[in-house]
Amino acid sequence: MKHMVAALALLAMGVPAAAGVTVQGAGASFPFPIYAQWAYAYNKATGVRINYQSMGSSAGIAQIKAGTVDFGASDAPMDAKDLQEAGLVQFPMVIGGVVPIVNLGGIKPGQLKLGDSVLADIFMGKVTKWNDPAIKKDNPDVELPDKEITVVSRADGSGTTWIYTTYLAEVSAAFKDMVGAGTSVKWPVGVTAKGNEGVAAYVKRLDGTIGYVEYAYSLQNKLPHAQLRNKAGTFVDPNTETFMAAAANADWKAKAPAFDVVLVNQPGEQSWPIAGASFILVREKMKNPQVVKAMLSFFNWAYESGGEMARKLDYVPVPDNVVKIIEDVWADKLSADGQKVWPVK
Amino acid sequence: MRPRPQTGRKLADLAVKVLSGVFAAVALLLLGWILYTVLQRGAAALNWAFFTELPPPPFMEGGGLANAIVGTLVITALATLIGVPLGLMTGIYLAEFGSHSWIAGPVRFVVNVLMGAPSIIIGVFVYGLIVLRFGFSGYAGAVALAILMLPVVARTSEDMLALVPNTLRESALALGAPRWRVTFGVVFRAAKAGLITGVILAVARISGETAPLLFTAVNSPFWPDSLGEPTPNLTVTIFQYAMSPYTNWQELAWGASLLITAFVLFMMLAARFVLRTRSI
Amino acid sequence: MPSQGYLPPGPPTPDAARPSRSRQSSGDVLFRLGTGACALVVLILIVAIFAELIWGSRFAMREFGWRFLINEDWNPVRSIYGAASVIYGTLVSTAIAMILAVPVGLITALFLVELAPPRLSRVVSTGVELLAAIPSIIYGMWGLFVFAPWLANYVQPGLQGTLGFLPFFQGPTTGLGMLTAGIILAIMILPFITAVSRDVFRMIPPALKESAFGMGATTWEVTRKVTIRYGFKGVIGATLLGLGRAIGETMAVTFVIGNRYQIKASLLEAGATITSSLANEFSEAVGNELFQSVLIELGLILFVITFGIQAIAQLWLKRVSRSMGGGA
Repeated sequence: MKHMVAALALLAMGVPAAAGVTVQGAGASFPFPIYAQWAYAYNKATGVRINYQSMGSSAGIAQIKAGTVDFGASDAPMDAKDLQEAGLVQFPMVIGGVVPIVNLGGIKPGQLKLGDSVLADIFMGKVTKWNDPAIKKDNPDVELPDKEITVVSRADGSGTTWIYTTYLAEVSAAFKDMVGAGTSVKWPVGVTAKGNEGVAAYVKRLDGTIGYVEYAYSLQNKLPHAQLRNKAGTFVDPNTETFMAAAANADWKAKAPAFDVVLVNQPGEQSWPIAGASFILVREKMKNPQVVKAMLSFFNWAYESGGEMARKLDYVPVPDNVVKIIEDVWADKLSADGQKVWPVK
Repeated sequence: MRPRPQTGRKLADLAVKVLSGVFAAVALLLLGWILYTVLQRGAAALNWAFFTELPPPPFMEGGGLANAIVGTLVITALATLIGVPLGLMTGIYLAEFGSHSWIAGPVRFVVNVLMGAPSIIIGVFVYGLIVLRFGFSGYAGAVALAILMLPVVARTSEDMLALVPNTLRESALALGAPRWRVTFGVVFRAAKAGLITGVILAVARISGETAPLLFTAVNSPFWPDSLGEPTPNLTVTIFQYAMSPYTNWQELAWGASLLITAFVLFMMLAARFVLRTRSI
Repeated sequence: MPSQGYLPPGPPTPDAARPSRSRQSSGDVLFRLGTGACALVVLILIVAIFAELIWGSRFAMREFGWRFLINEDWNPVRSIYGAASVIYGTLVSTAIAMILAVPVGLITALFLVELAPPRLSRVVSTGVELLAAIPSIIYGMWGLFVFAPWLANYVQPGLQGTLGFLPFFQGPTTGLGMLTAGIILAIMILPFITAVSRDVFRMIPPALKESAFGMGATTWEVTRKVTIRYGFKGVIGATLLGLGRAIGETMAVTFVIGNRYQIKASLLEAGATITSSLANEFSEAVGNELFQSVLIELGLILFVITFGIQAIAQLWLKRVSRSMGGGA
């Protein structure tokens, strides 16, 4: 209450308070649920404000390139050459999985199995009805109605789309030809929504829809996911274990300092086929050391203390040995107003 | 001569009469439906936490929109401080000097055009003017809202001042009072109720506006340090939260909707009261 | 009072005889200059808005030229933009709104003026005013969470069942699309059309109507042949104002139009309007020079259209009030 009166007075006078640093970030909606939780907890603990706007990976990259934010976030990693040209440093913040979500009268999570190229065919418009034999084949026990499939995909430049289409292009040559992989593709059928949020909201509202979202959106909104067959041939559910199994194959060290690892269709009995890391992008040469140090401290805090919160939402935290490599890159490459910013003294 | 058929005409007449009643009823029905929805869903979200706490991250229970409420109040107040004097002075110019001035015609025309301008364009304009140079801020948002208020206040002021009979002005002038004294002392006093009504309606109008704030003040989940940075506000919050898939956010959006609607309707009633009783 | 501010004021009351120069105090000079300066701000403002919109569009105009207006493709990631889909969406949603709101508004105004007893008329008038006062984002909320699902579940399947052979009613019945946007726009502009029409109808000299009634005409005939014919110009003015409002409406449309940049014949399909594209895309265009310029050019197109409609409406209504104020 007292806080409110003080804030009102401050606003009225237009006087900046000495308290609180604000760090601005923007980008992928894939990690937004966990970033928002981390930011909230961090603000409660330290008073530092991490203001993250979810607007899609491409927009995040554009904003960090333009310097309108302190950090950008993207699920589609930039390669070493592009990073060099743009003067950016990239590192993974959290790992998660993209899952197909289905809203079909009463179907339970994990009940529907979509094997091999069926998913790709649905998103290409080759399979148009729920009771198509291709779907029936893997789901003999499920009641499939004679209903049109409404495909929901992303309209904006999205890292989630990039991860998802990379997978579809790998398992279906036809998809690779017709649509291809990318952050924004021309979907042959269906409706589009913005952000993981938009897709989840759409599928939640409408019966007979199929979409793709980062797993936390499916879990928290109680949207049933479908099981997929992985490279090893097993039908798996998405969860922390299967994401970790996929991530275990990543060779982060070899890919440093760009860290542009792709976790799609990884080998392993338990691997979830559409896993991916979400990356943070910062400029190599920044201004305002106070803000930069606060930002890096936040990331460090998330690596060290944020694991539990991440796991609750079925994200996989970045392994400790990788964190070490990442923070060495910070110490090596990052500066603000000419001075080194890591480690914070 | 064959008499003209009567039943056709009578039938058409009856049909239209019934239709008009139906349409009027439908209008009232829609109004009731909308207000009921806002009341029902909004009331469920309003609790003590709503008015005192900061916004929660997705999926977390509790939290509130205290910062957005304060932000909206401050931005609206600032916009009023900028827009009302400008609009009032313009209205005075048009009413008092209008017939002796060649720019009055064009000004009146432009005022009417601006009243009909899409509010999102004003937001884009202020974005280019202020945000591109100084970043997102509550100040930019207030300026955008002030630009929206300006024509409304100018127009209602001009109308209200023009209603004051000239005999009042003439007698005051005859007593030797300077022009400005006549306007502010005599004419204003006579038109007070109308002027205040105009201001109240303008404030009501901008308090519900979202589009001009979308790329000026944007939004923030924290208490801002000053108005010079992204400033939380109820309308943009409603937009962001409503489009999200998180039920806790959607509930908060309804709570904010109820607040805004209640405020706007309250202002409307206040304006009517002022005008009817001609007292304040 | 939605109608106030739409009919231009009558001939300005001549202000008092100007005091002779010698009696003008310095205070008065300041007074006139001060208020004049504020009035000037209004003129500067509109010029500034045009200038800034044109300046901001220069990249897009240079990149795409006139093709921009007819190109349907919209792919921000590949930097391919075309305004055709949003212009189409704006026109169609507005057209639906006008087709629904104008007849309903006129007939409701008729109800208020001719048919309803005074107390009922006042209640309905107040109701209509309240509809006008509800902020557009509230219409958006109600539209998204309540009205669109209702349409999807109860109305659209029926429409498809009966009129589904027409290309207008084919496709997915999601509730989010052109038709829903058009209907909500209609509800939003209804109060304006009703209020202005009501005021126009009230201005008809009673003698005209009474003579028609005296000859045995029914109410509907009097309305058709006397009221509407006499007040025709005023009704056109009301329509133009409603049109201007519908075209510029943002939040309500953004919530329910489905945000898809396509041109489809079916009204049940999703689409996009200029205003919805600005609301949805602008924050993501920050940092992307071409994208931002494209959006500003869309804004320019919209502003030119609304300016044009407002200008025509103003000139038209001026003629109306002159002819009616001086008549009979």
